[in-house]
Amino acid sequence: MKLLVCVSKTPETTTKIQLTPDQAALDERGVNYIMNPYDEWYALVRAMELKEAVGGTVTLLNVGPADNDAVIRKGLAIGADDAIRVDATEGGSLFIARQIAAQAKEGAYDIIFFGKETIDCNGSEVGAMVAELLDLAYVGDASKLEVNGTAATVTRDIEGGVQVVEVNTPFALSAAKGMAEQRIPNMRGIMMAKTKPLKVVPAVEASPTTRVQHYDLPPAKSAVRLIDPENMDELVRLLHEEAKVI
Amino acid sequence: MVLVFAEASNGKFKKAAFEAVTYGAKTAAALGTECHALTLGEADAAGELGRYGAQKVYHLNAPELATFDSAVYTAAIAGAAQAIGAKVIVLMHNSTGKNLVGRLAARLEAGSAPGVNALPKVEGGKFTVRKAVFSGKAFAEVEILTDYKIISLAGNSIPVEESGAAVAVESLNVALPAPKTKVLETKRAEGITPLPEAELVVSGGRGLKGPENWGVITDLADALGATTACSRPVADVHWRPHHEHVGQTGVAIRPNLYIAAGISGAIQHLAGVNSSKTIVVINKDPEAPFFKAADYGVVGDLFEVLPRLTEAIKKHKGV
Ligand SMILES: Cc1cc2nc3c(=O)[nH]c(=O)nc-3n(C[C@H](O)[C@H](O)[C@H](O)COP(=O)(O)OP(=O)(O)OC[C@H]3O[C@@H](n4cnc5c(N)ncnc54)[C@H](O)[C@@H]3O)c2cc1C
Ligand SMILES: Cc1cc2nc3c(=O)[nH]c(=O)nc-3n(C[C@H](O)[C@H](O)[C@H](O)COP(=O)(O)OP(=O)(O)OC[C@H]3O[C@@H](n4cnc5c(N)ncnc54)[C@H](O)[C@@H]3O)c2cc1C
Repeated sequence: MKLLVCVSKTPETTTKIQLTPDQAALDERGVNYIMNPYDEWYALVRAMELKEAVGGTVTLLNVGPADNDAVIRKGLAIGADDAIRVDATEGGSLFIARQIAAQAKEGAYDIIFFGKETIDCNGSEVGAMVAELLDLAYVGDASKLEVNGTAATVTRDIEGGVQVVEVNTPFALSAAKGMAEQRIPNMRGIMMAKTKPLKVVPAVEASPTTRVQHYDLPPAKSAVRLIDPENMDELVRLLHEEAKVI
Repeated sequence: MVLVFAEASNGKFKKAAFEAVTYGAKTAAALGTECHALTLGEADAAGELGRYGAQKVYHLNAPELATFDSAVYTAAIAGAAQAIGAKVIVLMHNSTGKNLVGRLAARLEAGSAPGVNALPKVEGGKFTVRKAVFSGKAFAEVEILTDYKIISLAGNSIPVEESGAAVAVESLNVALPAPKTKVLETKRAEGITPLPEAELVVSGGRGLKGPENWGVITDLADALGATTACSRPVADVHWRPHHEHVGQTGVAIRPNLYIAAGISGAIQHLAGVNSSKTIVVINKDPEAPFFKAADYGVVGDLFEVLPRLTEAIKKHKGV
């Protein structure tokens, strides 16, 4: 099977978000970047498991600048065979989707894996965009994937439960928790990753469709109001009369 | 024109659909245009959507729409928008919406904003929406630059408002492609409000010590009519089902009330719950970081505090 895993780079999960003084961007000082957890833990690992079970190749794809190569190398250390980076400094979900679609079309992959969402922009839309651009089936928030030849059964998370869907290759999915277990790259993987092919290709033309005007942080919470643990009637009264939530 | 895709679940509309129609009606008013609603597949009493401000309601039902397929639903919604000349499309930011926003944006070459949490700003020809980014740790004001605009509304972001009356349901003719997926089975916990839609949530963490102790959480949830949630380690060791896991890598929620017991308040946990309107934290450790994010705090043993709170709720409700 030819498997493509789209990976993005995001600030590490414990990052304290601070903005530049003009609020136009994230203040990147001291921010550590990682591979988006959904892409790494679930999409990439499930693709690796499938390759191990039925043979084939796992290709990583990232759209971004050269700084992203460290994240891509980590994916190669986890076990992907090769990688493509579309060299781009612009963003925007549809721009990114058009870049992925252009590469995916050329590679004729059986399954294109995405993460459920990036943990920075929380868009949860790039995978569906690529599917539409390539006229493919798409299953979002997939927590389980079983493949049998060209047929696949995908379980997707829905509100308060799951839905089991049958689909044929080629198709695209976005991976959520449950699809696989995180893998830590070993020394051999890290050494091998250094020599695996990472092809850099230019971006295709695409005009922006959205523009972030500015960012702001949630207002600081006022200090917590402590309630006597013996007096839960008082808490109920406050929730009813002050917070008006019950 | 604004078109709202109002999803029905097993033929019934839920609050989130009324929120989306309310949002669409207010957006249409700001733009000086009309709001129409569309529903697909099985749907009872779709004309009721008129109450929330839809001037027209369309209902499309065809065998291809009986179960969800993102390509078919996309063709239906995009086709309806084109047929009626709608440029702004509003969806619900739920599992269905997440499968559709991207497809619609690609199909209509549109700018999109998934998970907006406030009405758009419409000024000087600019259309700007607000959404949470960095998993709730910040907000972004995003301008949509294209003619078509695709928005999905995060649940519990705006109050439902009645502003009209039920209308007659109209049909529409839209060409549909063959589905690319086949639904084999749908499993849903019955009778419980799913977390993303819940207004009241009671959540437990490792401080509960084991799954056998969850009675104190479920008793309080039952008394309140709340949905239960948990921290990630609790779901990881299967004390609770994984769909209850909230946080950065779980479900992101924004209920009116979030009660957290025996949860320390790690940054990844807070990322999924800090949009809650009111947060109550119960923890025996006064230094637990969660107290910094809480509105009300109780320093004490959850095994004593939770049953007391449950009794107080019952008393309040006159049970
Ligand atoms: C600080 C900041 C500033 C930004 N500024 C702008 C701006 O000015 N204008 C603008 O239009 N947008 C801007 N963006 C948005 C950003 O460029 C993209 O929209 C974003 O990276 C895609 O994120 P998403 O949350 O929409 O992706 P999602 O739809 O949540 O991603 C789903 C999946 O798609 C794949 N994927 C996503 N991104 C990539 C990628 N780059 N390469 C390969 N696969 C990928 C991954 O598998 C991911 O899990 C900004 C984002 C950030 C964090
Ligand atoms: C990349 C990444 C993503 C993550 N995503 C998530 C996520 O989505 N959601 C999430 O929840 N976590 C997530 N985590 C894990 C997170 O960092 C914390 O480890 C986790 O939230 C801790 O769970 P907890 O609060 O239940 O347990 P603990 O941190 O162990 O806290 C237990 C608390 O219970 C209190 N306690 C103990 N006994 C009692 C008692 N009798 N009465 C009252 N209080 C008591 C203790 O004082 C303590 O504060 C993530 C971590 C990483 C690295």
